[in-house]
Formats: sequence, structure tokens, C-alpha cells
Amino acid sequence: MTEAFHELDVRRMLCPMPVIKTQNKVRTLASGDCLRVVCTDPGALSDIPAWCRINGHEVVETGEAGNEVFVVLRVGEDNGALF
Amino acid sequence: MTSSVTESIQPIKRRAIALVSGGLDSMLAVKVMQEQGIEVEGVNFFTGFCVEGHTHAIRKKDKDKEKRNNALWVAEQLGIKMHIIDISEEYKDVVLNPRHGYGANLNPCLDCKIFMVNQATLMINKAREFAGDRGFDFIVTGEVIGQRPKSQRKATMPIISAESGADERLLRPLCAKNLPATLPEREGWVDRESLHDFSGRSRKPQMALAKKFGLDDFAQPAGGCCFLTDESYSNKLADLWKARNERRYELDDIMLLKVGRHIRPQPHLKLIISREEGENRFLEGYRYQFTSITTVSCPGPLALVDGNFQNDEEMQQAAAIVARYSKGRSSDEVTLEVRSPDGVARQVTVEPFHPDAVPLAWNVG
Repeated sequence: MTEAFHELDVRRMLCPMPVIKTQNKVRTLASGDCLRVVCTDPGALSDIPAWCRINGHEVVETGEAGNEVFVVLRVGEDNGALF
Repeated sequence: MTSSVTESIQPIKRRAIALVSGGLDSMLAVKVMQEQGIEVEGVNFFTGFCVEGHTHAIRKKDKDKEKRNNALWVAEQLGIKMHIIDISEEYKDVVLNPRHGYGANLNPCLDCKIFMVNQATLMINKAREFAGDRGFDFIVTGEVIGQRPKSQRKATMPIISAESGADERLLRPLCAKNLPATLPEREGWVDRESLHDFSGRSRKPQMALAKKFGLDDFAQPAGGCCFLTDESYSNKLADLWKARNERRYELDDIMLLKVGRHIRPQPHLKLIISREEGENRFLEGYRYQFTSITTVSCPGPLALVDGNFQNDEEMQQAAAIVARYSKGRSSDEVTLEVRSPDGVARQVTVEPFHPDAVPLAWNVG
């Protein structure tokens, strides 16, 4: 099965909304899928990777471009969907 | 044969969901549970009023401070999963209509705690229904009797348990020995004797326990973790309701109350003036929602206008106030641009307000 690549735009949102939106998006994805999250809150560069480490997702890449930052993650075995 | 007998008497691994604020008390409460072999997952609720990393994200002067979401950081230290839940919409009713009233400011602490424990109760009920054995058996909080004047008192503990619907499934490991035994204690899922009897405002027992657990880095926000306990913030929120003649708010409103200098020169007009570059950038994002004022003839702040000008005099007055906070404050005149949300702009040239001419009463907060 081909792993899908998804994008999430959380620009202008402030901590912890980028993490919440990332969490909620990941819950809809399959294990192995990649998600690129674009943010303007630089705190997301530490919060989203921390959230990934806690919940077993892989951080593929992080970076900055102008006033924007991005995180690319790969969904782990458990997408965290509660029920 | 022997192994199957052993397997059959293995105790069920009990699971708890813990309300994790990111502060020390909830961190300790989780740790106490982990010491007893309980598997814990954390839940953290976003109300919109949380004092968190985003104020640092906005203000440039805070840029060098370590930016971290304390709840996530705590979860990582404890090795637990963390669910962060946006309850900002449902939370409005707690702020606007607290059944148990407010604390010293607009902080509805008791209703807030009841609401959050209720949310956790709904989670464990749902999990029991859908996840079976992977569900949760009880809820854990870091509450300590006497720690907070509005919500954490001996009398409020049973109110929170009852009104949240958690009842006997709510365990407070840090002060459990001062309270009647709960279900996890009576069922022997946790050992009551190994729980704690903390009470009062002293932080010494928590510090000692943190030391015992080898925890030496934790957040200790002086006013708690909520802007509603802050007098200046509460004044700004009350001012917003008064100006609108109704008690309501949107998420953007309460975010903007955390940023900039708030000046109300007219009952129907408020200026939100950035104090530095970081706030400037943040307010920039709202220019399509609000009329905004920027300086043209000299460097200066960005200001949002909450309300509508009823005439040119009001617009010139607002421009003169913004000019007072610009680099041209000592000049005879400053040229500014007033831009409406649709992008239509016009320039005005005004004499900046003298610093003493901005009445203190106009300052909100």
C-alpha cells in the first residue's frame, strides 16, 4: 500500500493549537503516512516533535522559511485515535 | 500447567487518565500512580485562557526563553501519552455562567475543575464502551486540599467528585489520605497507605516529593496556569463585555487581550497597540478583521481598532494616540495610515498626543 503525503496549514495559530490540530489530523491518517505541518508559531518546532516523541511518531524533517516553520512527520503504529 | 496458573492470577493492569496541567502537582500525582504500577495517560485541556508558550511566541523579548509546552514536556519526562483537547468553545459557558461563582478575578476555578473532571469522565466512559480492556479505570488529579482558595478546599473536593460525575473514580494521590477512600483504594487497585496527606498552601511537601523522585525541572507559574486569575487580564475581559453590552467572546477576542497596550478613548472604540516587533507581527494577522493604524512618516507600532469611528475627529484622536507611541512622539506632526479590513487606506497627519494627555482612565487592564 502506498503511503500518502498530507499537508496541514496551521499558520497564525498559537501554541497549543498547532499541536492539537496535528494530533487530530494524525488520528485520521494511516500508519506510515507522512504529514507536513506549516506553522507561524516558532514554538511548534519544539512542541510538535515533543508530541511525536511521546506518541510514537517519527519526525522526518523540520525547518524554517521566513516567518514560517514546518515539521514533516511519519505516523507511527498507533495513530492515537481514542475510540 | 504451572505457568498457566501463574498467568491466571496475574493482576489486571489498571489504567488511569490524569489531568496534566504541566505544573508540579499533577506531575507528582502521575508519578505516585506510576510507582504503584498504574498505567497512566495524560489529558490536557485548552481553554483559550491558558498561560502557555504562545505569549512567548508573540513577544520578541521572550524569544530567548526556552519555548516549550509544559504539559507535553511533563508527559515526556513521565513517559506517558498525552491527549491535548480543545475545549475552548464549550468552556465559554463555564466562564460566562459559573454556578459556583468567580474567585478573586474572573476565574471560575471550581466550575472549571468540575468541567475538566467531567470531560475526563466522559472520556473514560467512552473508552470503556469502545476500548474494553484498553479503557481507563479511574481519573487522577494533582489537587491538594487548601492549595487554592477557590477550588481546592476540603469542602470543594466532594463537590467536584459529585458534580463532575466522576464520583468515586476520582483519586487525588497527593491528598487522598485526608479524604474518604475512593474506588481504586477500596478495590485495592492502589495502596491507600502509600498515597499522601498534603494540605495547605505550603509547597514544601511537593518539593520534598519531587526531590525523592529526582525531579528538579518543573514549571511553577505564580498565578496558576490561567489568565483569568490575572487581575489586569480580567479587567480587560470585563471592559470588553461592558463595551459590547453583552457577556460573550470569541477565541480571537481572548487571544487579543493577551497582546499589546489596550486604550479605550471612546466607549465604543478600543485601540490595541503593539509594544514591540513580535506583537506587531502577531497583530498584522488581524488586519483583515479590524481597521488598523500604522505610522508612515516614522517608525511606530501597529494598532488595531476594535469598534467603528463615528466621525473624522474620532479617527484623528486614535491616530494621535498611536503617534504618541511612535518614534515621532516628540515631533510636531506624524503621518499615519488608517486601513480598513478590506484594504482601503487613507493617510492622516496629526499632532501626537502628549504622554500626559492620554488619561489613565483610558488604559484598560
